[in-house]
This record gives sequence, structure tokens and C-alpha cells, in this order.
Amino acid sequence: MSDHTQPAHDDGHHEHVHDGVDQIHVSLKGYMTGFAAAAFLTILPFWLVMSGAFSKTGPADAFILLLAAVQIVVHMVYFLHLNARSEGGWNMLALVFTIVLVVITLSGSIWIMYHLNQNMMPSMMKNVQNLP
Amino acid sequence: MSDMTMTVSGGSGAQEALRFHVEEAHHPENATLLGFWLYLMSDCLIFACLFATYGVLGREYAGGPSAKEVLELPIVAVNTTLLLLSSITYGFAVLEMQLNRRGPMMAWLIVTWLLGAGFIGLELTEFTHLVSIGAGPGRSAFLSSFFTLVGTHGLHVTSGLIWMIVLLVQVGKKGLNPANKRRLMCLSMFWHFLDVVWVGVFSFVYLMGVLA
Repeated sequence: MSDHTQPAHDDGHHEHVHDGVDQIHVSLKGYMTGFAAAAFLTILPFWLVMSGAFSKTGPADAFILLLAAVQIVVHMVYFLHLNARSEGGWNMLALVFTIVLVVITLSGSIWIMYHLNQNMMPSMMKNVQNLP
Repeated sequence: MSDMTMTVSGGSGAQEALRFHVEEAHHPENATLLGFWLYLMSDCLIFACLFATYGVLGREYAGGPSAKEVLELPIVAVNTTLLLLSSITYGFAVLEMQLNRRGPMMAWLIVTWLLGAGFIGLELTEFTHLVSIGAGPGRSAFLSSFFTLVGTHGLHVTSGLIWMIVLLVQVGKKGLNPANKRRLMCLSMFWHFLDVVWVGVFSFVYLMGVLA
């Protein structure tokens, strides 16, 4: 970079405080809010499971996953400082794309593999029964 | 490139030409954080595959111990606490970094490192205990997928710890210059991302495993 552009560079830095590292607005309040919410969302499921309050798996599983999803959003917002404006929206776009892929991977794998299990089990059981 | 800027800055449109140049100069700084975010998203896909594998194989015990029998929630509760605390102490380090206070920043980073090291220590204790009671990764499909998923997360945390030492040395030697600040923000994203993955691990693997 030439000497001519150096002063302009510094001026620009003060004008454009929203660039790069300075773009991320961190505050003690934000971190403490996130920490309190995350602590609550961690302690609640641990307490429910360890105290034996949950006995059935069906709705309990769904509730644990829901709390996990909420906590992940809390981490994203308060710790990773994610919002629709950061990096001109590219962060959010990449995240949405990733979430789509993750949902396809997770639900697709579990859906297909459990249906395969259903298809496989009877014939396998017959084979087991046919064994001497 | 710089020649062109100089000739244009002599002309009437000096301000616009300079502003254009400034934005170009700042571009790499932006791109590093965005690029690192994209890396984290691809890392997210690795973990999604491992979670899917665990989701498929997590109940295949092959006559071996079930999740309920081998997973100990008290240890996991302590581990989760350590990792969550390390997240907030890293946040404090970032706050000190933005105030350009090197000493407190490094102190919080060391606290974060100790909490992270405690997490890895407890996890290794858990793993060695599992292997010693014959519940190693070779025992069943459940344990294979368990060790792969939790172990990959542990490896990530270990890399984060190594990275943290490197940054402590760099900040100690060169101070809080823009390059080091950028690196600290990347590690911040990495560290908080690992906590996000751990939320999935303790919910999906440990809590739901013990319930099943």
C-alpha cells in the first residue's frame, strides 16, 4: 500500500467502524443474558432427567430436543453474535443453507434407516427361526 | 493499482476514488471472519453426519451395555458446566480485547484454557473408564458411533486448546494488534461453536440415551 492511501485508510477506519472485527458488537450485558439463558436451558433438562421426573421417552425426547434447539439459538445470538446484518447477510445465508443440509442429513438418514430396519427385520427373523 | 489511485486522487473525484480504495483495503479483514464462519458451517456438516450415524446406530447394543448402563450423567453435568463457563470467560476475554487491555484479556484466556482442559480431562477419564469396563469403541455399533461423535468433539476442543496457547504466545509477544484481534475473534467463533455442538451432544446422546 502506498503512503498516499495510508492516511485515507486510517480515516476510513474511523468512519467505517462496522468493518471486520469492530463490526461485532459485544457487550457484557449480552454475554450475561446469553449465559443466564444457556445455564437455565442446560440445568432444566439435566434436572428433569436426573431427578427421574421424566419416565416416558416419547414427549420427554421431544422436550429435550426443543430445549436444545432453543439453547442453540441463544448461543448463536448472544455468543456468536449472529444476526441478519452481520457480514452483509452472508453469515445468515450460509447458516440457513447449512441448517437445510443438516435437517436433510439427520431426518433423511434416520427415516431411511429405520424403514430399512422395518423391511429387513421380518425376513431376518424368519432366517433366525429357520436356523437349527 | 496504487499508481491509478494516485492519478485519480489528483482529479476532482478524489473522495470517491479514495473511499473505493479504502473499502477494498478492508475487504480481507471481513473475508477472514466470513471465511471462518463458512469453515464452521462445513464443520457443522461433519457433526451432522456423525449425529445421523449415532441416530441410526445408537440403539444397536449387540448384546453389550446400553447407553443407560454406561453413561454417567453427573460427569456430563460437570463437563457441560465447565464448557459453558469457558464460553462466558472467553466472552470476557473478548470484552477485554475490545478495550485493548492485554493483561486481563490473557488472564481470561488462561481461565478459559483451564476450563477447557478440565473438560478434556474429565472426558478422557470417562473414555478410559468405559474402555476399562469392556465398553470400548469395538464393543457395539452404539459404542462405535458414541466414541466417534463425542471423540470428534473432544478432538476439536483439544485443537482449540492448542490454538489458544499459540494465541497466548502471539499476544504476549506482539500485543493486541489487528491481526491478533482477528485471530482471537476466529477462535472465539470456534470455541462458541464447539459449545453449540456440545448442546447437541449432551441432549441427543447423554440425556436421551439415559432416558431410552
